[in-house]
Amino acid sequence: MEEKLLEINHLKSYFFTRKGVSPAVDDVSLAVPKGKIVGIVGESGCGKSMTAKSIMDLLKYPGRIVEGEILLDGKDLTKLSARERRRVRGEDVSMIFQEPMTSLNPVVKVGKQVREAILTHQKVDRAEAKRRVLEVFRQVGISEPEKRYECYPHELSGGLRQRVMIAMAMVCRPKLMIADEPTTALDVTIEAQILKLIKTLCETTGMSCLLISHNLGVIAQMCDYVYVMYAGKIVEQGDVFTLFDHPRHPYTQGLLASIIHLDEQRERLSTIPGMVPNLMHLPEGCAFCNRCGQAMDCCRTKKPELYDLGGGHAFRCFLPGESEASHA
Amino acid sequence: MPKKSNPLQDDFRTEMAAEREALAAQLGESDTFGDKMRRLASDNKLAVFSGILIVIFILMAVFAPLLTPYDFDEMDLMARLAPPSAKHLLGTDELGRDVLTRLLYGARVSLAVGVIPTVFSMLIGVVLGMVSGYVGGMTDAVIMRLADVVLSFPSLLLAMVIMYTLGDGITSIFIALAITNWASVARVVRSETLSLRETEYVEAARSMGVKDMVIIFRHILPNCIPSLIVLFTLNVPSAILSESSLSFLGIGVQLPKSSWGLMVNMGRTYLYNAPWLSLVPSAAIMLVVLAFNFLGDGLRDVLDPHLKNS
Repeated sequence: MEEKLLEINHLKSYFFTRKGVSPAVDDVSLAVPKGKIVGIVGESGCGKSMTAKSIMDLLKYPGRIVEGEILLDGKDLTKLSARERRRVRGEDVSMIFQEPMTSLNPVVKVGKQVREAILTHQKVDRAEAKRRVLEVFRQVGISEPEKRYECYPHELSGGLRQRVMIAMAMVCRPKLMIADEPTTALDVTIEAQILKLIKTLCETTGMSCLLISHNLGVIAQMCDYVYVMYAGKIVEQGDVFTLFDHPRHPYTQGLLASIIHLDEQRERLSTIPGMVPNLMHLPEGCAFCNRCGQAMDCCRTKKPELYDLGGGHAFRCFLPGESEASHA
Repeated sequence: MPKKSNPLQDDFRTEMAAEREALAAQLGESDTFGDKMRRLASDNKLAVFSGILIVIFILMAVFAPLLTPYDFDEMDLMARLAPPSAKHLLGTDELGRDVLTRLLYGARVSLAVGVIPTVFSMLIGVVLGMVSGYVGGMTDAVIMRLADVVLSFPSLLLAMVIMYTLGDGITSIFIALAITNWASVARVVRSETLSLRETEYVEAARSMGVKDMVIIFRHILPNCIPSLIVLFTLNVPSAILSESSLSFLGIGVQLPKSSWGLMVNMGRTYLYNAPWLSLVPSAAIMLVVLAFNFLGDGLRDVLDPHLKNS
């Protein structure tokens, strides 16, 4: 496999609430190779965003990283001091958020907000910072950058705001950009533009991207490698072609089956039965067993381990593979 | 060019305007500070009038020596307790001092006492409130319990204690009022900070590695400004009243200097034979306090986002 930029090993981020401990991220290991786009897919509350926030050190009380390591270029981020961590944020790793409407401060001009990111990390004067902001604005396809620089967020459309957010994330030339559902709040035409932009930026600058989405279509279009998360755990991982062509975990299969195909005549939409389990009261065995159509007795008592199928494809299930008889 | 009237187009235009307004109200942000001030000017005549009145009082205080031929401690013992006349427009007091002159000079003290301690109490309150709300935990608990202690004490009593400790004089009044008033400001700012801290743009700023202090002053403070303006206009009159109370009780401004509260107190003895001595400064206090309150109400109506739809 290619050189890894980001490597997460056995990361556990728990929320310690009064009602109990909620394992939002439970023993997650993943890797982002240099210059590639890696996707995390899963439904709401499965721990996608919490994984991203763990990387960015943005977990809010009562959540915190319990154990595990987050290696960026071989340097463990969890062992850094708060000050070093802050330097990494924005300069090495940056993040774009779901809601471009609320991710920009309504009372500060957008140019200034982007400039702030440069001034925080680099010793440059304001004029130079502004010049770089305008350059990045041009790069992310904002027309009339000088004019937009002086705009307040409410004067811009959703798509433009998200471009500003991307500009802000790009301006310090980070090695990794985390995009947490970057297009969920946008309409489809704008979504396509923004996704294309992110992909082009990654290709031209050699930046890696960790793309979080619940939209399998987006993931299929964008990513080289995909992780499927369920209830805080990675249930299946593989390169994008293998995963979409030969999904092995019943959850992944269910997700793919619930995509709506316009060419099919169907009375009802296919869904995965049941609800996401409460993280505080997970089943004893596999977290998915209560919703799984193929659940066996052992699924309810034992937790399945990640089973490696080779070629980077792995899934967390007791079900035998197509050719293998079983695995214990 | 004569304006051609096309009723269809006019209808369309009003419709468009209404739609724009509805959209603006929905977004709740697309009108700027200038728009809000214009709305205040057109909708709330009382607030505008109050604003003008406050400016007039300030000008009168500043140009007091030019507006009156007398000195504030110039006595005319031949004309003691003289009723209002052409020579003394608002009459004279028990030592023959011109009441209008003393009122103008008193305005300097009263307005200064209204504004200066309020500025300081707001500075203290804003800083402590933002730190309390942003940092949370132990810091928050300590600052807020301190605020509770200050608030649970009768403020006038607290001010009196401070005045007795520090001695008379205008500086002592400033300090006493700043100390008694910061707590309510800190509470409001803290609650605003708590909600602002959770916004995505603060998280986005944090994700860019921006320092906490910069986030507090660049991202949180500007969003508190509307509430702060309102708080300011509501705290000024209460400070003026506190000074009047302290001076009335004899521990504020000392003779021969003049302040409105002091004038009310001195005139009290002559309420039957020279009522203007107390009534004139009382009316002045009332006017200024009401003006600040009306202006504050008006500003709150246009600036407070929570009241926007009501």
